[in-house]
Amino acid sequence: MFAYFVRRLLYVLPVAIGVSIICFLLVHIAPGDPLTAIMPVDATAEEQAAMRSAYGLDKPLPVQYAIWIGKAATGDLGKSIATGRPVANEVFAAVKNSLLLAFAASIIAFPIGLFLGFVAGYFRDTIFDRIVTGFAITGVSVPNYWLGIVLVIIFSVNLSWLPSMGAGPGGSGEWAWDYAHIRHLILPAVTLAVVPIGIVARTVRALVGDIFSMDFVQALYAKGMRHSDVLKHVIRNAAPTALSVMGLQLGYLLGGSILIETVFNWPGSGFLLSNAIFQRDLPLLQGTILVLALFFVFMNLIVDVAQAAIDPRIKRS
Amino acid sequence: MTQTPLVEFENLKVRFKGERTVHAINGLNLSLQPGEMLGLLGESGSGKSVTLKTLLRLLPPKRSELEGSVRVNGTDIMTLSGNALASYRGGDVSMVFQEPALALDPVYTIGDQIAETVMRHKGIGKTAAMDVALDMLTRVRIPSPERRLKNYPHELSGGMRQRAMIALALSCRPKLLLADEPTTALDATVQIQILLLLRELQKEFGMGVIFVTHDIGVAVEVSDKIAIMYAGNLVETGTTRDVIRNPQHPYTKGLLAANLHGVVKGERLDAIPGSPPALEEPPHCCSFAPRCAFAEDRCRSDLPPVTDLGGGHSVSCVLAASTTTA
Ligand SMILES: Nc1ncnc2c1ncn2[C@@H]1O[C@H](COP(=O)(O)OP(=O)(O)OP(=O)(O)O)[C@@H](O)[C@H]1O
Ligand code: SF4
Ligand SMILES: [Mg+2]
Repeated sequence: MFAYFVRRLLYVLPVAIGVSIICFLLVHIAPGDPLTAIMPVDATAEEQAAMRSAYGLDKPLPVQYAIWIGKAATGDLGKSIATGRPVANEVFAAVKNSLLLAFAASIIAFPIGLFLGFVAGYFRDTIFDRIVTGFAITGVSVPNYWLGIVLVIIFSVNLSWLPSMGAGPGGSGEWAWDYAHIRHLILPAVTLAVVPIGIVARTVRALVGDIFSMDFVQALYAKGMRHSDVLKHVIRNAAPTALSVMGLQLGYLLGGSILIETVFNWPGSGFLLSNAIFQRDLPLLQGTILVLALFFVFMNLIVDVAQAAIDPRIKRS
Repeated sequence: MTQTPLVEFENLKVRFKGERTVHAINGLNLSLQPGEMLGLLGESGSGKSVTLKTLLRLLPPKRSELEGSVRVNGTDIMTLSGNALASYRGGDVSMVFQEPALALDPVYTIGDQIAETVMRHKGIGKTAAMDVALDMLTRVRIPSPERRLKNYPHELSGGMRQRAMIALALSCRPKLLLADEPTTALDATVQIQILLLLRELQKEFGMGVIFVTHDIGVAVEVSDKIAIMYAGNLVETGTTRDVIRNPQHPYTKGLLAANLHGVVKGERLDAIPGSPPALEEPPHCCSFAPRCAFAEDRCRSDLPPVTDLGGGHSVSCVLAASTTTA
């Protein structure tokens, strides 16, 4: 198991490097000159050239990449063009907030998704199955920013039950573990939870339905196992796949919540990313994408290792 | 002073409902004494698996309708439910499936799967159950049994998996073992080994065995009795010797001619021209008539009578009836 882990870790290295190159290129190949965002419109050509070399934008791309990645390895992602603050600080503060939101959404989504999926798979082709499936498809297809806006209109505007902006009182970006802050988490977390509920429910439904129709289930009854023993076997068989779906959903929740964070002004990585894009803040954009991408890679690693740990069918040697 | 039969089917009928009704078993009568080994033969779709599943009450309850009675050791198994049914399954009667790769749970070790059964039926602890599992694996002569306890099914070869499945099925010393084509999924050389093993364990444990096969040669090799099935009923039953030496039913004769004396040992039973009837209606005449060279008018108008030729040899055909009564 340990050897498997080390080997898997070694595979991650080239993937991470590839990901960093893609992040770098994406940002540099995108049309538009980042300088226009920060230079006064009437800046002279010399002033522009000076600024260009100050940010290292005059060097060849491979050199720029080498400098950037070298610094990134030490935790230095440069300074934000817009605010002048270190990108690393901004990104990590934002990622922390996004993680908080993603975990809150997972805590809502996974138990509900697992439960609905299991029951639908168990009562396959019954009315309950159809309701769950319908709900899952709706949840996955409804644009979630729209759902967010609807929830805001109902619970914030009409009922005034819950706040709709920011991570704390007055829309502040500072998180704390108290009621005033947790109130702010509820609407964005619920909105964010809808898609993973649908995806987890659908996956688990198909999984459980398939497992129940497998021969070994009949063989379990044939050797005198009670219904509850059989359920245990089915759950044990479904666990590895269910786990990996949830792990990947957690990854998506973290990166895929740009719109939700924007709707709710949640000071997370998605929010940061959209600001960086609109302000053409190149170092911030690069840094945020890199951290998010590496997080995905890392999440995949964890999911694979966890799956191998609980699924004997995966060869570890 | 006749013993209570181990298994007694009396006029069993099984119907599946659905988009299309299937009359899978149509009035089957069969009995088996303790310690006998019966080979059940017949073409695909003739109802062999349904017969075995009925014995373990494994048919889907909502989609199947049963009539008639099935007694095992004198107990009417149709009345079993709850705990009684669970301890009957695997305790009194157990089953070896055709494809052990699918019938074993892929994410539990072999040892755990056997031990789980033993714990369920014998009410003993995990350690003691693991000892039983090891003993069983040794008896089925799996190489390095200690290691196999901790193996998962996919880590074993097909032959070893089937041995493990047999160990599992026998772990609670059932009185009756059902084996549904236990060797079809295996290589020819392994097939023989598994069959001989089954035969040996059957003698050692004194179990009754019903095993389904497509291979007449195999049935002749290991069974005490043979039953030939066609379209949801038995057409001929008897000791292996009687059925082979003195087949009476045209279907049996056809099977023997095509499979036993030819060189095609191991092939499926498909050498008789024509195909079996659809089972949408219950039979009102001889189901074999469309394919039978001896068919007469009375074969097409009435169900053929069952004739007892003595010594447990019985045949369901008008020809046999006329030779004995005439
Ligand atoms: N669960 C079920 N629902 C509906 N029909 C069924 C079901 N199980 C079996 N049948 C039908 O019952 C008939 C007998 O099937 P069975 O599986 O017993 O055949 P078999 O003799 O075992 O054939 P094979 O040699 O192919 O295994 C077939 O027509 C089959 O389609
Ligand atoms: S009853 Fe008639 S049709 Fe049926 S097997 Fe006998 S001879 Fe052939
Ligand atoms: Mg079958």
